[in-house]
Amino acid sequence: MEKKTPLYDLHQELGGKIVPFAGYLLPVQYETGVIREHMAVRTACGLFDVSHMGEILFKGPDALNNLQNLLCNDYSVMDAGRVRYSPILNPRGGVVDDLIVYKFAQDEYFLVVNAANKDKDFQWFLRNRQGDADMMDLSENYAQLALQGPSAKRILAKLADESRFPQKYYSFIRDLDVAGVSCLVSRTGYTGEFGYELYCAPENAVRLARALLEAGREDGLIPCGLGARDTLRLEAGMPLYGHELSDDISPLEAGLGMFVKMGKEDFIGKDALLERGEPKITRVGLVVTDRGIAREHCDVYAQGRLIGSTTSGTLLPYTNKASAMALIEKEFSSSGTEVEIDVRGRRLNAQVVPLPFYQRS
Amino acid sequence: MNIPGNLKYSRTHEWVKQDGDGVLIGITDHAQKELGDLVFINLPNPGDKVTKGEAFADVESVKAVSDIISPVGGVIGKVNEALLDAPESINQDAYAAWIARVEDVSGTEGLLSAGEYEEFLKKEA
Repeated sequence: MEKKTPLYDLHQELGGKIVPFAGYLLPVQYETGVIREHMAVRTACGLFDVSHMGEILFKGPDALNNLQNLLCNDYSVMDAGRVRYSPILNPRGGVVDDLIVYKFAQDEYFLVVNAANKDKDFQWFLRNRQGDADMMDLSENYAQLALQGPSAKRILAKLADESRFPQKYYSFIRDLDVAGVSCLVSRTGYTGEFGYELYCAPENAVRLARALLEAGREDGLIPCGLGARDTLRLEAGMPLYGHELSDDISPLEAGLGMFVKMGKEDFIGKDALLERGEPKITRVGLVVTDRGIAREHCDVYAQGRLIGSTTSGTLLPYTNKASAMALIEKEFSSSGTEVEIDVRGRRLNAQVVPLPFYQRS
Repeated sequence: MNIPGNLKYSRTHEWVKQDGDGVLIGITDHAQKELGDLVFINLPNPGDKVTKGEAFADVESVKAVSDIISPVGGVIGKVNEALLDAPESINQDAYAAWIARVEDVSGTEGLLSAGEYEEFLKKEA
């Protein structure tokens, strides 16, 4: 039985096509369709319901120690009011999930994890808890909206005090009054575009969403679904758990080495990463040069042999190119390398390109 | 619901239109809505044999690949090559955007009238 987010009725009212996703009923798209929703985010603004995401609070004298042990990124030097990404590793050096961590205070951190993994993550945290730290699953206490696009700031400024907006990428403020709703607002997102994510109490979510849609109408703001969320993150070269990340893939193989601080004294998975050594595969971007679209789980060939497989792929709406991310042998990973992708029995020519496929100017 | 009265329909959401001694086939307005924005189409080749109830082409949206099932048996006479560059014309007018013309047609019995197809959609919903 799937759960409904606080915005379920609004999605229906707005013509959302509802599908089950990660235990929730969410709109995959509205009447406008994935392509126009995607383009709205690149050129104007889009509003996403991401209330399915999980929120977990670490609090106590050993909250930081637990983060340092559970996550491979380093949180020891970080100001309150900042956000930092990390993979969560298992003892084999594979990935349990990835998350972003909001630092509320030296002894208080707010963790946002993938909906599909929330229970697994929370149990994993509890099982590995050390010392004096509370760990609380607060997912039911928060709704989350993502306001993404070049017009996001102008739209938000109609409803809230602009002088208090988080300025830097991956920073946040708490208790911002947005149209009468108290929100945590961060300069984060999963689209590769300028934007904000807003967390509020579930009972205020509809009021907040309606106020944003109304305020943004003249700026081209439209509601967007999971379909556009996926194409946007892919165009922005962002990994998604279950695609580019899994229990078996190490963060080094997935091209996330910058978030793995091997200089840290210890963390779960560190020994395994050392043992696994230099990764033999890596994550690349591929652009199909033949006619056709590569999707996930397509084999990739070079010099007549199998060198890996695609992890996500589609026709990207903004770049208008059939593109995929793939995990392939490192020696074929330099830009310009010619490869072939097996798409349902047809070999399509493709070329390795740098990630992201799209970078905002 | 856009279901022209002069066409026949399959339960897999294709339409069939008499065209001289052959038929034109395409997908219904309901089908294009369900599939979403189409970005690619794989067409068969003229001369290919098609079997009623089996895939003869596929369309791709940004989300997924979907087979198009032949509503009749026969031989592909010609295909609508304009769709290769503009698959979105199926979204714009599903009944103008024919996919293939089939000759030596068989198996038209059992196709639905517009009224029957409308009933079928209501039951399926």
